[in-house]
Parts: sequence; structure tokens; C-alpha cells
Amino acid sequence: MAMTITEKILAAGAHEPSVHPGQLIMADLSLVLGNDITSPVAIKELPKFGKDKVFDKDRIALVPDHFTPNKDIKAAEQCACVRAFAEKENITNYFEVGEVGVEHALLPEKGLVTAGDIVIGADSHTCTYGALGAFSTGVGSTDMAAGMAIGKAWFKVPSSIKFNLHGALRPRVTGKDLILTIIGMIGVDGALYKAMEFAGEGVSSLSMDDRFTVSNMAIEAGAKCGIFPVDDKTLGYLKEHGAKEPKIFSSDPDAEYEKVYEIDLGTISPTVAYPHLPENAHDAKEGRDIRIDQVVIGSCTNGRLSDLRAAAEILKGRHVAKGLRALIIPATPRVWREAMDEGLFSIFTDAGCVISPPTCGPCLGGYMGILSRGERCVSTTNRNFVGRMGHPESEVYLASPYTAAASAVTGYITDPEDF
Amino acid sequence: MNAVGKVFRYGNNVDTDVIIPARYLNTSDHKELASHCMEDIDSGFVKNVKKGDIIVAGRNFGCGSSREHAPIAIKESGISCVIAESFARIFYRNALNIGLPILECKAASEEIAAGDTVSVDYSTGVITDETTGKTYSAEPFPPFMQRLIQAGGLAQYIKENF
Repeated sequence: MAMTITEKILAAGAHEPSVHPGQLIMADLSLVLGNDITSPVAIKELPKFGKDKVFDKDRIALVPDHFTPNKDIKAAEQCACVRAFAEKENITNYFEVGEVGVEHALLPEKGLVTAGDIVIGADSHTCTYGALGAFSTGVGSTDMAAGMAIGKAWFKVPSSIKFNLHGALRPRVTGKDLILTIIGMIGVDGALYKAMEFAGEGVSSLSMDDRFTVSNMAIEAGAKCGIFPVDDKTLGYLKEHGAKEPKIFSSDPDAEYEKVYEIDLGTISPTVAYPHLPENAHDAKEGRDIRIDQVVIGSCTNGRLSDLRAAAEILKGRHVAKGLRALIIPATPRVWREAMDEGLFSIFTDAGCVISPPTCGPCLGGYMGILSRGERCVSTTNRNFVGRMGHPESEVYLASPYTAAASAVTGYITDPEDF
Repeated sequence: MNAVGKVFRYGNNVDTDVIIPARYLNTSDHKELASHCMEDIDSGFVKNVKKGDIIVAGRNFGCGSSREHAPIAIKESGISCVIAESFARIFYRNALNIGLPILECKAASEEIAAGDTVSVDYSTGVITDETTGKTYSAEPFPPFMQRLIQAGGLAQYIKENF
């Protein structure tokens, strides 16, 4: 039976010769992930599963990244709960402040995910690892607890939607613009319960960081996963980061798709998603009347080195608009170090930006850069829901690092292609 | 098992950030989470909700974050079940896993009005709007999920089967 890459990975995980959309399966997990918000709930649930210890101390990753460095006493207590559990269970991949980074940037960088893996994470953006040709998906804390207990999870095999990519993106147009355009096309439930599969000769033109950004936001279209084929760039990345031996799966030519979209990458423009849904996609050039108070460049979507380089390309020799606050948040300690060594921090500080330690903080309105009533922020993060970054009457505009940096300079939403 | 209650009505794409804003996620205490449930889109919800009440919403209910705190806050607030045209997939899993009944029904989602009294028969999936007298049939759960629900959630199911 012809299968998609997603179906093949799930069939292998369920030890079945084949699976079909709609089928319910129990699959073996390669890795189970949790953070400081979701893990405490899972840790409390775990005793109810009737197991004395976790299924495999090497295949659990605990990444306290959301409210760290601890933002308040309650957050500190949640982190203490995760830390104590990691110690008791001797969890190999627990990351303390100093080593910790934003989870979906950190795990690939540490080589903890490889092609063909099945990963669940108690964080919706776990779909990021689809960029590596893995099946990875976000779940809740109870599923995380189940995964820690038995190393398995139940899945309904999703049907797939294919996005055939052609050509290449223009300079200063990124994976972020591509995925915001796609979500604008299909809507925030356009891929509900489904796999988004990216294919076509245009894939090879996308950097790994662009692919991570695209897969990362598959959940914003409701998708179960956002998966790329494995090519030389993937294999190069996995090798460079010391990942395990890849298990390469690829879609059969006659695999079935619910829908196929053809996308010419050269037609994608810098795109901004207006409040309060990621599907509200507009060309960046339409936003020149929208005055902004803050810019955030970072997160699991856009906090990697190439994102900071993009911001620096725009900010070099320029200064942020008077009265505007610009926050740069390298996603991991390694990204932080490399950005510093490359001299990007001098560019940022000369431009009037402030540089934060790695944290998810402002993306979800946790801390660092909370918005007051009526304030507007252009952010390279992934959600612009009501109250997402602060006051329920504040506004978040989602954009690429190029667009965010250009907007920081002018104080208005700005197309980076015009810079 | 049945539910009867007054309806709180919301639109499409109710996201987990408005169900329970992240600024309150520094705790996993159920009562504290419930005390902020829905506050960014309906500041009267917490004050007015009574045990057994029902949420009726449109498409893609619970979209966004994977936070299980969202169905926990709804359940702890006293809501007996959520009826929607569709649910975001992580919310759907989480609700089943923690034992918050959810029902998918397009017609009920479109027609039931705020403040109506609604009853739900979980064994048949029949939803009755007691105010208008109309009845609706929800999509039945697949057998695996029925077993999960019968076990009382994922933890007990796994304890019994693995």
C-alpha cells in the first residue's frame, strides 16, 4: 500500500506493515519532552499510571525554558519540582539555567532528535522536529506522563495535505513569511488533525533554520505535524549536531493526499499576521501606518543564529525608533555565544536593543517585555491571540526577523525589502 | 451519565490563551486556574458559572498551546461538558485524558443560544435544548476512545492495559 512519510514513520513505530488515515495506533516513542509549565502536571500524574519509574531515563528531555530564569516564587517552585524529579529519576537530558535554551531550538541543536523519530512533547510547538524528517507532535501533560511511564502514545493516523514548493525565496524573505502565507491561505484550522507535508524541488532551497520555522508553526494551522523530506541539508545538520543514525522514510509517489497545493516560493513576500489570529496575513508593505511600541526577536520560531544574523543585517549602523523597545532573545546558550562571537551583540546594543538570556518569557506573556493596554508589538514569535503578550487590549503582529528589525528602526510595520 | 446546565456561548477559534492566560501558568493548582478561566474574553464567566453548566462554541475550540491547564480550568470551574463544531487536536486529547466530556456537533454549535438550558445524554450522544425543545445528535466516539472514557481517563486505561 502506498504511504506518505508520516504514515511510514507511524507504521514503523506501531510495528505494522502499513497504516491508513483514521487508524488508531499505539506507537513507540523515541523521545518524550516537557517544560517547566507542563512537566509539573505530568510529574504529579505519573504515580497514577502504576509504574515505579520512567521507561527510559535517556529518552526523556526536561527543559525548563518558559519562566526561567525563575520569574517569581511560584515559577521557582515549579522548576524545583522538575529539578527534583530529574534528580530522582536520574534524567540524562535535564537542562539547568546556563545550559537551557528554548526547547525546540535546543533539542535539535543537541542532536536529541533524528530523522524517522517519533517524538511527543508537552508543548504545542513540538511539531518543529518535522523539519528533520521526524514525526513529532504536541500533547498535554497526561500524555507526557503516559509517555514517561510506558514509552508509548496513542495516535490517530492523520491524513496529509501536501505543499509542493517550487523555486526559491527572494532575499530577505524567509520561512516565516512562507508559513504565515500558508496559514493565511488555509486558516487556523485549515489542517486540523492532519499532517502538513512539504515537498517539491523548492525544499532544497530552504535552509534548515527556515524549515524549523515552517514546521514550528504547523500547529497554528491546527496540524498534527509539519514534515519535510530528508535531503543532504538534513543529513549534514544531523551529522554536525551529533544526532543518532537517521532512519530515512519518504513518501511513495502514489501516496494519497487530501489536498495538494502548489507554491512558487519566488512569489512569497514579507508577511505580517495581524491580531488576533495567525491566519490574518497581510503584506508587510500594507502596515506602514501601524505604529508600534515594541519588537521581540527570538523564540522557538525565530531565535536561531540565522534569525539574529537577519536582524543584525538590518540593524547594522542604524538605531531603533525613539521610544521603541527592542528585545533580542537568542534561543539557546550556543546561539547566544555564537552571536556574541560574531559581533552581533555590538550591532544590537549600538542600535539600542537589549539582549536577554534564552527564555520563552515574552512570547506567551510570561515575563520580560509584557505589553500594557493599547500597546503594539511586532514579534518573531508564533501566536497573536488576545492577551498573548500581556494586556488583553494589547496587540501582537507576527513577522520575520528581517521585518521585525526593519519595523524597529522605523517604528512602523515595515517591509524589509525596501531597506 | 447526563449533564444539565445553562449555556455559555462563544465563537470560533477560542484559544487556550483566553481559556487560561499564560500569566497564571506559574501554578498547576486546579482551583486557582479555575478562578481565571475565560477571563480575557468573558470577565463574567467565573462569577456566573454554576456546577453543571455547559459551554457551546464554534470551530476549533481550544486551539493554540498544549496546556492541559485549559481543560483543567474549565472542568474545575464546574462546566460539565463542552459542545463545539470542532476541537483543536491537543485540546481534544487533553479533555479525554482528564475526563472532561466534549461533544462535536455542528448543528448544536450553530443553533443553541447563550442562556438556554441544555441536557446531554452521554450514552446516546443526544443533546437537547430544553429551552427550544430541539434535539441534536453528537458524533459518536470511536471504540478506543470509548474505552478510554470508560476507564476514567488515560492513566487508569494504561494502568489496566500495560
